[in-house]
Amino acid sequence: MKRHLTPLYGCALAAALLPTGCSTVAQYGTMAGQAAGVITADQAQSINRSAVAMEKTFQDITPEQEYYIGRSVAATVLATYRPYDQAALNQYLTVLGQTLAQYSDKPETFGGYHFLVIETEEVNAFAAPGGLILVSRGLLRCCRSEDALAAVLAHEIGHVQNQHGLRAIKKGRLNAALTTLAVEAGKNLAGESLAEVTKAFEGSITDISSTLMNSGYARTLEHDADAAAVQILSRAGYNPKALVDMLGQMKTRIGVETGRGFGKTHPSPDVRIEHVRTLIGAQLAAAVPAARQRRFNDAIGMIR
Amino acid sequence: MRLKMSLLCAFALARIVSAETMRVQVQSGQVRGTPSFLGQVITTLPYGQAVEITGAQGAWTQVRTPDGKTGWMNSSALTTKKISTRTGGNVSAGASGNELALAGKGFNADVEAQFKAQHAEVDFACVDRMVKMNASPSEIDAFAKAGGLKQTGGEQ
Repeated sequence: MKRHLTPLYGCALAAALLPTGCSTVAQYGTMAGQAAGVITADQAQSINRSAVAMEKTFQDITPEQEYYIGRSVAATVLATYRPYDQAALNQYLTVLGQTLAQYSDKPETFGGYHFLVIETEEVNAFAAPGGLILVSRGLLRCCRSEDALAAVLAHEIGHVQNQHGLRAIKKGRLNAALTTLAVEAGKNLAGESLAEVTKAFEGSITDISSTLMNSGYARTLEHDADAAAVQILSRAGYNPKALVDMLGQMKTRIGVETGRGFGKTHPSPDVRIEHVRTLIGAQLAAAVPAARQRRFNDAIGMIR
Repeated sequence: MRLKMSLLCAFALARIVSAETMRVQVQSGQVRGTPSFLGQVITTLPYGQAVEITGAQGAWTQVRTPDGKTGWMNSSALTTKKISTRTGGNVSAGASGNELALAGKGFNADVEAQFKAQHAEVDFACVDRMVKMNASPSEIDAFAKAGGLKQTGGEQ
């Protein structure tokens, strides 16, 4: 009589048969193919390369890679928009922004959230991947309270926590870069591979920067960021209606604005207000402590 | 039937192994004495470090570090994905292909340096200044209290 394997032996066998380094069907297939002598190692690599390419999305970008992408995106935006070097204002923005981040769904990122005012009258803000957030003087002028400024920053934190920037990277570009990394893994990148990855990196930075500065995100992503803002504001104890107030001010200001800015890259304030109102519902706002408005006036007063 | 049992067994085995371990996905993984940003930092773990999961409370995960310390990390600092770390530009030995794909190779400081060399106009000096601007958990707590905000610390 033929001896049957007990489940325990079967388990050990199954575990032993599972190749540890393979995650895709293609990899299993090419391993089997090579073992059977049907395909060469070169052919296997080529098949694996295209299989890996098909599977790469923005979610395959590691937190460290996201951090470096974000640094270069911010550096690129800062080539067009200069920083507003006012230490007290930037410090206020930093404390407010980092406080809000604690109430978000993603309080910690690889390098943390950082905030800076940029010197332009345009109504504009940029959230680079990983948490580097730039806000224009023009947008600060749309805020009449700390709650309204919190709404602006919480919206940008929403873009970061949902990784909207990374989604702007053109798909083919990511495939090329991450595939090179996967195939070249285990070696130090040099020569052609390094050049290939740098080119894909450069392309990714261009994709994100031009989305932030010129074309803007899809309307649904802006609504997602507004929804995240309402959630963060409510959790923190800010009045989410301040987002509506800020959008109302923005509407007045971008009415006279031409060229760049939120007028070009964002859905109209009216569309956003309508959406935000449905999210807030009939929430009652708590009274704003005098100290909150006072510190806002002290910090923002210098740009008025 | 036997195959089914074996597969079930293998999956169960994989589940047990992966359920207990997570990896640090931030540059400086802070392990705190209590589940709050206000909790004292008892140790700091590097990116990619594996930790053993021993509990959870709200947005916080209780971990045991490789040197046996137990503390709390904000769950957003941890991932179930495998992240391999680099050692002097080399990926650490023993990592599988899938781990390597997720390693910090590629879009890293080396590529940033290349990008920087090719783009004189981009302003990394400003970014470097920006990433140094921080508020401590106690400053954040004082800011929230003075402004009449809800309890900070990320406990919610």
